[in-house]
Amino acid sequence: MIEVKNLTKSFGNNLVWENVSLTVPNGETLAVIGKSGCGKSVLMKHLNALLTPDEGVVLLDGQNIFELSYVDLRIQRQRFGVLFQGAALFDSISAFENVAFPLRYFTNKKEDEIRKRVMECLEMVNLGDIGNKSTSELSGGMRKRVGLARAIVLEPAYLLYDEPTSGLDPETSNEINELIVHFSDNLNITSIVVTHDMHSVLEIADYAAFLDEQKLSWFGTIEEMTKSDHKRLNSFIKASEYQI
Amino acid sequence: MQVFYDFGRYCQLLYQAIRSSSEFKSYYRNFVSEMIKTGYDSLPIVILAGVFTGAVLSIQTSYQLVSALIPKSTIGAIVTQSIIIELAAVISGLVLAGRVGARIATELGTMRVSEQIDALESMGFNSVSFLVVPRVLASFVMFPVLYIAAATTGVGGGLLAGIITGQVPAADFMLGARSFFLPWDIIFGMTKSIVFGFIITSISCYKGYYASGGAEGVGKSTTNATVLSCIFILLADLLLAIILL
Ligand SMILES: Nc1ncnc2c1ncn2[C@@H]1O[C@H](COP(=O)(O)OP(=O)(O)OP(=O)(O)O)[C@@H](O)[C@H]1O
Ligand SMILES: [Mg+2]
Repeated sequence: MIEVKNLTKSFGNNLVWENVSLTVPNGETLAVIGKSGCGKSVLMKHLNALLTPDEGVVLLDGQNIFELSYVDLRIQRQRFGVLFQGAALFDSISAFENVAFPLRYFTNKKEDEIRKRVMECLEMVNLGDIGNKSTSELSGGMRKRVGLARAIVLEPAYLLYDEPTSGLDPETSNEINELIVHFSDNLNITSIVVTHDMHSVLEIADYAAFLDEQKLSWFGTIEEMTKSDHKRLNSFIKASEYQI
Repeated sequence: MQVFYDFGRYCQLLYQAIRSSSEFKSYYRNFVSEMIKTGYDSLPIVILAGVFTGAVLSIQTSYQLVSALIPKSTIGAIVTQSIIIELAAVISGLVLAGRVGARIATELGTMRVSEQIDALESMGFNSVSFLVVPRVLASFVMFPVLYIAAATTGVGGGLLAGIITGQVPAADFMLGARSFFLPWDIIFGMTKSIVFGFIITSISCYKGYYASGGAEGVGKSTTNATVLSCIFILLADLLLAIILL
């Protein structure tokens, strides 16, 4: 379970958001929505302490991650799979090696076991034939999917997705959405999905958090969201419906 | 104020690097590839710089010392000593600030702005031990090697230039080189090169590791890294001369 309590973050004099509190129960999926620049990525980076807040705590199964020693923090971080906004693939090694990377350093698997697991993950994201392509040969959508394969390769308990479907065609977007649902339903992974895409929010999420006006403007279940009379939330949802 | 902030953060990065240098398992692969990139790949430019410095020094010294009273061997002595004590380390240091420093700052800067460092951290890596430690350690090993390469080819270049221009016969040059040769000078030059290697790699790692602001930011960090490396090489050169000579 991930609990965020009274989190406040600013860069210099620039307040990103304040007093953000929310809870994601195990196995559930939270969608974080909001305008570009409202601090969705910044919020996501607090969940595994890539950024530290000015105030507030993030509790992982009751444990405040900002109080952990660096050694313990790194152990906790290994329970997370993270898909970054720009995929953040290591460009000095091939796509295959990117996925194999955590396996090589954090497991004692032999070469053929590594190969098998990597292929398994690449096939899950429909990239079974990627071979030894270098990361610069990949399209944006392929990079995202390689990033996703890398995020799940160590079978994490938590998955953080930063805009997993932005920049993808509708068909691939749907495939990614189905994967997210698959991970959370079948593997009981707790997921946080940062997205602009209301369509995928309705498809995949159990909870939604709407960041707006430098605070957590609205938080609740998807069902509550569709019935909500929160003005700015409704106009945000509406705006994305007309995007098609 | 920015200077103090930078210096504090630089020391902090070094402290983290020292603390995490025991995690050999996480960086030995990078250590090997860094030794190749820093050492082997820089050999051509260092040799080139060495040969030309030696040759020019030899020609100019014989031009300045046109007197029947001064034996030709003096030229060999001056050229050899200057190269071993000063020029092999400093010239190769300045060249490597561009060759090695710029590469490191660009590599790490790109990794920072494209969130690859965040990705490393989020996987549970210690990004400092993974990225900074192998680069600095590789310089401790390879800079002395590069210094030796620059010094030998520098003396060779000086000798060759003396022969080709007919100013200094080989026998005279070697006589001068030998008679004033002190093993201590080589240790002094090598110490310099290690210090310069540390300056270049640590500053470049710092500038790259904390780069921000997209591609433009990476460009800025790279420029800063090379300029700062050059400045601190010259300062350290002076300081070492005062302390050790
Ligand atoms: N490392 C940083 N240093 C300074 N300011 C930052 C940093 N990271 C983010 N910010 C600022 O924090 C704010 C929120 O950024 P963030 O990347 O979280 O937005 P976002 O909601 O993810 O937007 P998008 O949908 O476009 O990705 C922005 O104003 C940004 O300028
Ligand atoms: Mg973002």
